[in-house]
Amino acid sequence: MVAILEQTFREHRGQVLAALIGFLGDFDLAEEAVQEAFAIAAERWPRDGAPQHPVAWLVSTARNRAVNRIRRDRTLVEKTRLLEVPEAVEHTMEETVIPDERLELIFTCCHPALATDAQVALTLRTLGGLSTGEIAHAFLVGAPTMAQRLVRAKRKIKAAGIPFRVPPDHLLPERLSAVLAVVYLIFNQGYSVPPSRGELAAEALRLGRALAELMPDEPEVHGLLALMLLHDARLQARFRDGELVLLADQDRCHWDLAQIDEGRATLDRALALRGHGPYVIQAAIASLHANEPRDWSQIAALYEELARLTDSPVVQLSRAVAVAEDRGPRAALEIVDGIALEDYRYLHATRGELLQRLGRTAEARIALARALELADDGPERRLLERRLEKLTPTHPPPRPR
Amino acid sequence: MKYMLLIHQGSTPTPYDPAAWARLSEDEQQAVYAGYKAINEMPGVSPGVQMQPPEMATTVRVEDGRTLTTDGPFAELKEAIGGYLFYEADDLDAAIELASRIPAARMGGAIEVRPIGGW
Repeated sequence: MVAILEQTFREHRGQVLAALIGFLGDFDLAEEAVQEAFAIAAERWPRDGAPQHPVAWLVSTARNRAVNRIRRDRTLVEKTRLLEVPEAVEHTMEETVIPDERLELIFTCCHPALATDAQVALTLRTLGGLSTGEIAHAFLVGAPTMAQRLVRAKRKIKAAGIPFRVPPDHLLPERLSAVLAVVYLIFNQGYSVPPSRGELAAEALRLGRALAELMPDEPEVHGLLALMLLHDARLQARFRDGELVLLADQDRCHWDLAQIDEGRATLDRALALRGHGPYVIQAAIASLHANEPRDWSQIAALYEELARLTDSPVVQLSRAVAVAEDRGPRAALEIVDGIALEDYRYLHATRGELLQRLGRTAEARIALARALELADDGPERRLLERRLEKLTPTHPPPRPR
Repeated sequence: MKYMLLIHQGSTPTPYDPAAWARLSEDEQQAVYAGYKAINEMPGVSPGVQMQPPEMATTVRVEDGRTLTTDGPFAELKEAIGGYLFYEADDLDAAIELASRIPAARMGGAIEVRPIGGW
């Protein structure tokens, strides 16, 4: 029973909360009501058995609680959308079809009038199953800071009149890309740290799946999901004993092959919808990377298209890496030297690698040392140190006579 | 919801700076007037009164009982408010849409959308 309750909580809290926010127009009231409903469930379900439609039960219970509360405190009525408080009747428990308002909720949480930090925190708090403390921990800020960020964001949604709705068509492309960016940011935060914090990646995957289910005709939604599935399938292979392992050195038996298949099927869906946006292209690249041998010329061509779409120097750098494999280090170095990213450690790390392959060891050492200067402590830094060490002659140079 | 839209001219040419204004073509000048006229006639809009430019402002403070005045606006000159209007709208998206149609928003200035009232 506890397991059912926990599973319902994890899987459906977002939907229950979204329904309540839609009903009440107030995040705090909705959160309290949902929490109460889950507490009541924890008390009753073990005794009376789980209801046939747990989500509907939770939504009606939370609604009843909220309505009772509002009745008790009439002044709250002015603060909510409820002009007339509907009768709270227990028979609403019979409802089986609860409108799924998670999409409305995620578009509200990712509204461009909120700072990106706040969008991320709010999305994880409301649609994800994470507590404020867990979010704070994952983003390396103190719990009070994160709590305040959430309070401020919720206050702004209400005070500024950020609508609870899926944006109309003319706003949709721009707003959807904000939502996708938030989900991908959550994924990357979980992805770039060792597997212990993989729960963020899992959370992003859950959000991605929910979006794909709720917006089945949007190619970029499937593109993002495919991209995350394909990257995540290799998560286990990315670290060995806490150290970063480059793709070429990864042990493929640690790859999750079923998930790679799922990622590819999702990518096919995006392509069938004639998707050709940045996430679809990145997913296609990730899919090519999972092949052996890799088709570097196609990867380079996709990066070229992606660079054109995004106008991003970081993408140009990735393109250079692919070009190095396809046409050799000299062609790649030409691209790298045209990229203006002086303080980007990967630029110098890549440059070092290319120079090394061209036999220009002294220059390679300088480039790697620069990358090391820019790297934070952690697995990435240690990887650079190991590479630099290999370039440093182990025997002292012969003394000049 | 009721919003106040604060218009920051930034580097927008205005008739208060005849040299800058003259760099706009006749058509561009007419488009600016027509743009503001259309905004002011939108349902839900209560136009603000015309403001002289921030250069004409005097800023007043009281310290230890003494009234201190300085020449110019409280904010940096290019960040100062150049105009305002009120807008009664359903939600922030509607207010953002209106703000994006104010000529200053596309000519080097910016619009601050501020919800008003409500406690």
